[in-house]
Amino acid sequence: MSLLDVRDLHVTYRTQGGPVPAVRGIDLDLDRGEVLGLAGESGCGKSTIAGAILRLLPAGTAVTGEVLLNDENILEMKPGRLRAVRWSDASIIFQGAMHALNPVQRIGDQIAEPIVLHGQAGEREARVRSGELLEQVGLPSRRLMDYPHELSGGQRQRVMIAMALACNPSFIIADEPTTALDVMVQAQVLRLLKELQTELGLAMIFITHDLSVLVETCDSLAIMYAGRIVERGPAEEVFKSAAHPYTAALAAAFPEIGDVRFRKHPSGLPGDPPYPSDLPTGCTFHPRCPQAFDDCSTLDPRLFTVSEGRQAACLLVDGALEEARAKQAATATASEEVG
Amino acid sequence: MTTTSVPPEAPPTSGPILDVEDIHVHFAGRVGLGAGLFGRKATVARAVDGVSLRMQRGEILALAGESGCGKTTTARAIMGLERPQQGTILYKNEPIWKDLRTYRRRVQMVFQDPTGALNPRQTIYESVAEGLRIHKVPGEEREQVAKALSNAGMRPPERFFLNYPHELSGGQRQRVVIAGALALEPDMIVADEPVSNLDASVRGEILALLMELRDRLGLTILVVTHDLGLAWTIADRVAVMYLGRIVEIGPAEEVLLRPKHPYTQALLDVVPEAGGLVRPILQGETPDPTRIPEGCRFHTRCPLVASGRAKELGIEDKCRGQDLGLKEMDPEHLAACYAADLGEIR
Amino acid sequence: MATVSATPTPRAIARRRRKDSFKRTWGQYRRSTMGMLGLIILIFFLIIAIFGPWIIGHCESSTTSQLSPLCHPAAPPLVSPNSHYWFGTDYEGRSVLSLTILGTRISLIVGLAATLITVVIGAGIGLIAGYYGGWIEIALMRVTDWFLVIPFLPLAIVLSVILKPSLYTVIFVIGITTWPSTARVIRAQVLSVKTRTYVERARALGAGDWHMMTRHILPNVGPLIFANTILIVAVAILSEATLSFLGLGPDPLVNVSWGTILEAAFGHGAAYSGFWWWIVSPGTAIVLLVLAFTMIGYALDDILNPKLRVR
Repeated sequence: MSLLDVRDLHVTYRTQGGPVPAVRGIDLDLDRGEVLGLAGESGCGKSTIAGAILRLLPAGTAVTGEVLLNDENILEMKPGRLRAVRWSDASIIFQGAMHALNPVQRIGDQIAEPIVLHGQAGEREARVRSGELLEQVGLPSRRLMDYPHELSGGQRQRVMIAMALACNPSFIIADEPTTALDVMVQAQVLRLLKELQTELGLAMIFITHDLSVLVETCDSLAIMYAGRIVERGPAEEVFKSAAHPYTAALAAAFPEIGDVRFRKHPSGLPGDPPYPSDLPTGCTFHPRCPQAFDDCSTLDPRLFTVSEGRQAACLLVDGALEEARAKQAATATASEEVG
Repeated sequence: MTTTSVPPEAPPTSGPILDVEDIHVHFAGRVGLGAGLFGRKATVARAVDGVSLRMQRGEILALAGESGCGKTTTARAIMGLERPQQGTILYKNEPIWKDLRTYRRRVQMVFQDPTGALNPRQTIYESVAEGLRIHKVPGEEREQVAKALSNAGMRPPERFFLNYPHELSGGQRQRVVIAGALALEPDMIVADEPVSNLDASVRGEILALLMELRDRLGLTILVVTHDLGLAWTIADRVAVMYLGRIVEIGPAEEVLLRPKHPYTQALLDVVPEAGGLVRPILQGETPDPTRIPEGCRFHTRCPLVASGRAKELGIEDKCRGQDLGLKEMDPEHLAACYAADLGEIR
Repeated sequence: MATVSATPTPRAIARRRRKDSFKRTWGQYRRSTMGMLGLIILIFFLIIAIFGPWIIGHCESSTTSQLSPLCHPAAPPLVSPNSHYWFGTDYEGRSVLSLTILGTRISLIVGLAATLITVVIGAGIGLIAGYYGGWIEIALMRVTDWFLVIPFLPLAIVLSVILKPSLYTVIFVIGITTWPSTARVIRAQVLSVKTRTYVERARALGAGDWHMMTRHILPNVGPLIFANTILIVAVAILSEATLSFLGLGPDPLVNVSWGTILEAAFGHGAAYSGFWWWIVSPGTAIVLLVLAFTMIGYALDDILNPKLRVR
């Protein structure tokens, strides 16, 4: 039984310019202790998923599908139950977390806050626990009394991690936790996350645009583009031998030093990631794809199985083209019969 | 105290196009009136603490390091946007401060944030034409703007004349900034983190553009970056900075594949790749530029000192107490490290 | 489709840009109910100010430069509003409505003139202080602080004693007491714009101070100056009414303003004797006009102040 099971998630924002489909049908599942990496660029919807899982999106956003945490659908929970689940079963490390700390409150108080709110302990015990959490993330517990501005970026990030752990969740969503940190500090924080994850048996969804980071820390990867997952599979396999042209392009943006293929040979994709409100027809990637062919602009590929545990949403996958054509023909005749 | 001991093996036509010699850029903190009366001196941040480098015409040099190492300040000093307290910057053998305005036509800058670098109220045309207007460059302005946009990869250029920055994508905006720099037909471009604010899949195109500009127009390019992978992709030479000094410099293959300085090694080791996090990671964070350690400024975090190896080699006292400059380790490959000097590093 | 000439000229581009910018701002402004309401009220008052005297009618045998209310055929004094005199009459039998209409002109003129002084001094100092920084900024801001601290009313009283109470005194007093707040607002905005990357880019391109100030700083600060100006007008009108009410304003026989009407009304005990129309008419006019400017100012501020913008 998976810990988290997301089924057919759709998220559409309501904006002045009309509805914007940020997430267009995502399936995810996460087992206890598993680390899933979610990679993609701006506009692909990955941060939206983080918000959708804990229902933290702005009011009026249309969210459909199922988000099952331990078989309970978060999307249908009553507010009371939802609040209980938030943070104690699942917590988030936000993007730009370094700025998410209250500048006029001491660190210790901020870490203790969710503990007290969830009634897990009284104030005094909560402080003790905060101290323990700080030690766990590698900071001396005397820093409980510090204010955020007295800490460096890396240290603040560790505080955010401590906060996320405060109520002993079984599952953490980390949304770009190391962006804007120096490489050295980033490495320290990543190692910390990995250690904690192993030690506490946490399940994690790790969201970032930096594919190379994910390869180190995750068991499996899901690559997102324009609101959909376009490739999925074990982390190392996906990175080293991508089945989807987009994954290959994304991986090429983080070349291995020493790899002669990339020396004096920058490679990127033309154009830009599409705006969710203005998606191309057929395969949303086709305008930028170096291997696109005619059918790509008319057929919309879903995830096809490449091999055991690997899927890719590309017509180039064996058998994908036939399946897609068949499906299109089927829907065409179906609408004819109805109409 | 930093001197490069590389004899200029320049091509017979001319010496280096850019010659930076021992520049220091210090920023003084503020001291309140009260504290000042009591003799409290302002804390000085030594952002650039003795940097020398030479660039040959047509080369691409990557100035690499983490935030706070002084690479951006160095770039800005080279651009004439910061005035060093000490040291000289010669461009084609003329000090740049003698005639800054003319210098600015020859050396142009590309910024990290393409959105912020364009005035949101100006059309693309006006943004690109700005340099031409400032310097009152003679000629048909429209043609010059079109040529610059075209060279920057925006084709057909006329299509973009009336656009505003917010109507373009991040990659396109950066191309416009590059076009604005190209309009003045400079000899050299200083690019400060030119792709770090862009989406990953778009970066390659901009980097390819920079290389193309060097190949086709003969531009010399100084790229400031924290990403050693970028340096691997486009740089001829790499200079690694730490706390205001260059600690290693040399051809890219040398510095990135056979690094001689422990800091460079550490940076390369933590570049994520498949294999898991088993490599040594430096402890702590980079010290404040207001409190630069004595001796070798890296000794407080140096794995050789921490592991006792420095002591074994008998250099620990020097590491802790005696400041040092770059020394040639291999032809054209310099590093500032006592251990490397002994041949200890690989 | 006929081909238009190859590419637009730089002048055409600049013109088109200005048009675009104006259209955008106007489009946003139209969507603000507060702004539109304020605009309608303002237009109403402007019409009255411009065409007022014609509405009231000329006085044939007038020896003064003023119009009818002063040479009106004898009307019963202190009559409460009726069908003939919509706002009643004052102690000399003059129609209060006519007086109010006349006063619109003066109030608006004073408001605008005082604002002009305020903005020219305030924005000028704010720009220079913000742009140059260093000693210039310190010196200018200290001067600004000094003026900021001066209390309005005591200064007005003192100045009116030294210089005779008149229209010009009022304009002068309001001008020199109001500019500091504008200076501070503008300086803050200049400091913020100064750090934008495109300003640094201009510097890297080789721009001099003048170019940066006029092509980058001013256009980005301009809208804020404009919104601030509108609000200053509201303050100025109110200030003029206050000063006139206290007797520090223009001679009511020479220049009728809402403040002088109120001064006369209170002077004749209108408040306790129940001649409410004499007070309500000019009072309402003041409230409405100030409200109009304030609403327009806030609506513009919402659109033009980059900090409030949600774009």
